[in-house]
Amino acid sequence: MNKQAVIKSIEAEQTKSDLQEFRAGDTVKVQVRVIEGDKERLQAFQGVVIQKRGRGIGASFTVRKISGGVGVERIFPLHSPNIAAVDVIKRGDVRRAKLFYLRKLTGKAAKVAQKREVAAPVPAVK
Amino acid sequence: MNAMIGRKIGMTQVFGESNVMVPVTVLEVGPCVVTQIKTKDKDGYSAVQLGFGSKKPGKVNKPTAGHLAKSKAQPVQVMQEFRVDDAAGYRLGQVITADIFAAGDKIKIAGTTKGKGTAGVMKRHKFHGGPASHGQTDRNRHAGAVGSGSSPGRVYPGTKMAGHMGDVKFSVRNLKVVKVDQSKNIILVKGAVPGAPDGIVSIHKI
Repeated sequence: MNKQAVIKSIEAEQTKSDLQEFRAGDTVKVQVRVIEGDKERLQAFQGVVIQKRGRGIGASFTVRKISGGVGVERIFPLHSPNIAAVDVIKRGDVRRAKLFYLRKLTGKAAKVAQKREVAAPVPAVK
Repeated sequence: MNAMIGRKIGMTQVFGESNVMVPVTVLEVGPCVVTQIKTKDKDGYSAVQLGFGSKKPGKVNKPTAGHLAKSKAQPVQVMQEFRVDDAAGYRLGQVITADIFAAGDKIKIAGTTKGKGTAGVMKRHKFHGGPASHGQTDRNRHAGAVGSGSSPGRVYPGTKMAGHMGDVKFSVRNLKVVKVDQSKNIILVKGAVPGAPDGIVSIHKI
């Protein structure tokens, strides 16, 4: 029996395939399932993705936001059933994969520039 | 049957109850075949010998082949005996599958730990080593004194010292079955299990 294939098939059962692609620097709104008593509702957490790490079932990402003047970071397991959706609000233009430098910055300096979409090249007319 | 032989496949994670991530070990468990039945009348105690895995027929020596012929079992990689209260319910050649386990069961897993070779006292016995400063030299990973002076004038047997570590039989009790996939003969167990991937382990219900 191929050991890696067995482990992959176990992970594949739980891996999400419908995730919207996002990267570090993007502003995302994470919809978290919260159970209160016997009711379930969605709680949103919006902020900048400062890192994505891991692969496979153990992958996770960190979202940072400023709440009431205090920096708040939450680490989400990417494939957790508790994460209902990760909606990309804004694409960020950054040069790093890990944006830990944002922790030292405040105010306007802590803002991530928005990525400008490059228009599709116009086909040359002969 | 309340025990089986299995093979460690590896570790991964799954989302368990209330979507909490659970570290699991994947085990290939069975199918095991009953290769011998020991009874109180004949052998003085009741036990069932199970066989697990496969082997090329040419690699089986004649005594083993003769032993397996009694149960008409295919050549197996390992055989192990498990005590049972009453061996009357078993027959030779009977196949035992992973369905004796269910999610939530508490189990004990015994296997052979990874060999670490010759290891020093810090690794083998969790000693703290020597001081790093105050004029110390070359004592960073040493054990310190091993005995007293002229009384008793010897080092007590069993004193913890450096030496061979690992590659010994070891059991972990109170592991929990997270999931059983009978079609693939696979069970997921919360936590770590002794030995390296491909290692043979025995799984006991407790």
